[in-house]
Amino acid sequence: MIAPDLDPIVSKYPAGRREALIPLLQDVQAAHGYLSREAVVRVGQYLKLPASKVYGVATFYNQFRFQPLGRYHVQLCRGTACHVKGSSQTLSAVERTLQVKPGQTTRDGLFSLEVVACLGACGLAPLMAVNGEFHADATSERAIKVIKTLRREATKK
Amino acid sequence: MDVDFVRCCGECWHGPGRPCPQLVECLTSGPFCHEARACRDTRQARNARLRRETITRPVIYIGTGTCGLGAGAAKTVAAVRRYLEVHAHVRAEIVEVGCIGLCVEEPLLDVQLVGRTRLSFPRVTEKHVDSLLDSVFGGTPFPVTPLGQFRGANVEGWPDVAYLDEHPFFARQTRWVLANCGILDPTSLEEYVARGGYAGLARALRERTPAELCDFIERAGLRGRGGGGFKTGTKWKIALKHSADQKYMVCNADEGDPGAFMDRAVIEGDPHRVLEGLALAAYGIGASKAYIYIRAEYPLAIRRLQHAMAQAKTFGLLGRNILDSGFSLEIALKQGAGAFVCGEETALLHSIEGRRGMPRPRPPFPAVRGLFGKPTVINNVETLANVPAIVLNGEEWFTSIGTETSKGTKVFALSGRVARTGLVEVAMGTPLRQIVFDIGGGIPNGKAYKAVQIGGPSGGCIPSQHLDIDIDYESLKRVGAMMGSGGLVVMDESTCMVDIAKFFMDFIQRESCGKCIPCREGTRRMLEILESLSRSRRNEKEFEALERFRSVMNLEHLAQVIQDTSLCGLGQSAPNPVLSTLRWFRDEYEAHVYDRRCPAKACGELLEYTIDEDKCTGCSVCVKNCPSEAIVGTLKSPHHVIPERCIACGTCVDVCHFDAVTAA
Repeated sequence: MIAPDLDPIVSKYPAGRREALIPLLQDVQAAHGYLSREAVVRVGQYLKLPASKVYGVATFYNQFRFQPLGRYHVQLCRGTACHVKGSSQTLSAVERTLQVKPGQTTRDGLFSLEVVACLGACGLAPLMAVNGEFHADATSERAIKVIKTLRREATKK
Repeated sequence: MDVDFVRCCGECWHGPGRPCPQLVECLTSGPFCHEARACRDTRQARNARLRRETITRPVIYIGTGTCGLGAGAAKTVAAVRRYLEVHAHVRAEIVEVGCIGLCVEEPLLDVQLVGRTRLSFPRVTEKHVDSLLDSVFGGTPFPVTPLGQFRGANVEGWPDVAYLDEHPFFARQTRWVLANCGILDPTSLEEYVARGGYAGLARALRERTPAELCDFIERAGLRGRGGGGFKTGTKWKIALKHSADQKYMVCNADEGDPGAFMDRAVIEGDPHRVLEGLALAAYGIGASKAYIYIRAEYPLAIRRLQHAMAQAKTFGLLGRNILDSGFSLEIALKQGAGAFVCGEETALLHSIEGRRGMPRPRPPFPAVRGLFGKPTVINNVETLANVPAIVLNGEEWFTSIGTETSKGTKVFALSGRVARTGLVEVAMGTPLRQIVFDIGGGIPNGKAYKAVQIGGPSGGCIPSQHLDIDIDYESLKRVGAMMGSGGLVVMDESTCMVDIAKFFMDFIQRESCGKCIPCREGTRRMLEILESLSRSRRNEKEFEALERFRSVMNLEHLAQVIQDTSLCGLGQSAPNPVLSTLRWFRDEYEAHVYDRRCPAKACGELLEYTIDEDKCTGCSVCVKNCPSEAIVGTLKSPHHVIPERCIACGTCVDVCHFDAVTAA
């Protein structure tokens, strides 16, 4: 089944023009949180590209995901400054706490974990972002505290 | 915002249908098409207001760049708003500015009272707001020591407060590109114009042909600030010489280098400077369409740019027939989708075209055949941000500072193990020692300096014996590093150089586009070799020890081959982190290879874990978390590690609440 709510997003772009491909995929992902199989096929039809080409472009770029996000999307920065300040320990602590690897979502759908190359706020290293909100100086303890607080909030609701 | 807003009186006819060539001069200094005292007075009063030299009510400035927000500036802004609701008599205005560059002291809050200089306060989180504003508006002593005060004409200074330009972080800087960052409101085009913005564009459109402009930039000696250091004017000339029905100008804001954030800060703090530079470049090469390729990870910068573009269009500084010069420019924003290789110009062009961001061999260079097969020039954000001031102040001004081959200033992003992290703009040729120790304040916690990593994954490390080099493009190449985009990551004795090389190799092999074999397979192999260096004997099977030694013998040769045979700059410079650490820190490599020892105590697998009996309370947290059942002991009595079972994962160190586990 092809999601009907894709049409308003797709129709903003000129049909059959290849340079619209990446912005279009970005818009679809912004609306749905990820790229579903249907979305890839639909975008391909609209731009007159084989779905394999669309998929080839989408898998090349780090931004595109093919699984839904968790309610809290945790991004850990692994830039140079963060690495020097111990972000690898933070990452392993977060992996242990959530029991997921980067790119995965916890089974309860609460948390998804992503490793980003550099968030561009190296002065605050090590850095963690949850749903776009930055947490500076995210040592293992502080990162786990943030996650546990969020988990408590979610189960309370 | 309406164009009527800029009209001084009914005589002024500037509008979308009929642009006035002297708009920018009319708004700032004159001359204008009609001489009227009233208009001059209006203009001078407005400029003083926009430059905030004369204010009628107090102003509170809060630095809300991405780094400021990360430190909690949004909550500070909310707290200030609440305060002003309660204390309605204060009638202060809130201005959200960009980042002044001193990240470590964020969130920064400045207060300017009527008739007084602007005061800057460090680390103002929401809980400090009330007491701070009470003291400033109530005239009582401040609860925090101010960072400093700005200089101002005809206003009363604060006694016993140092000037901000005397602060050690700012004293040795030459702030040209960052001149407005953290000072003015990035969402206001008029404030930018009041500080001399768009005057360079207006002058160039009126007084110079595109060829003259290219010559002029070439003579000024501006070189690409994205890392390559190619002469900007020369690049423009090549594109200008190739006639085509359509040319493109591209601004590269893909800043993928981990450890660099100056492009983001400039766009967030002074977006119009980038737009003006882009417009000048487009005029210089004869392009009527421009693209800004910006990382999707920079949402705030994207918003600022979109806002600035809309404003400039309203004022007639972008769009059709700019300032009645016959030159038109359309700018489109393209969001990068997160691939490091897209910073390489041919890969970036493929990405704009909606393909995989894979480089292609050069020549033909993009300036000859680029986007959609048309001549295209790609310049980095910082390069373009330099252009307006050069056009306005002349080439002699620009060449007055710098070294023989590198003119002007360079912005560095200082981070890592250094006391004052942030953005630093210094004259080319500034000694590295000055940047790290005088501006950055040296290494915190009394640790020893080990190296500075410069230029991101394609750069290298600079050891202490070369701290006195004067930084420019050539001097860095001589010590095996490169300018790159200007990320400076400081490392102290607790950083392991093999680990750093491994970190960069891991990054590069993940980000390699996979088109050419040397880069795709070679970087992967290099990472495997580095990983084998920091592997303990316990985890070696069969003939892995022999394999390990053979690969170590070939490491340098492999690096050489990757350098010589890769298709693009990413692969050609991929071995640099390994080669440079090998060159300066060979002893650390040898300790790893021969003794299986990590001098910096950073490579977990090479460490022996022991439990301090005095500190251990016997809580058994380590026992529960140990993946290899290597820790034994009964509750409430000290535990022990069994070395034969330990796989040196370091989990016990992380989970122990009492610092009882030591790794040595």
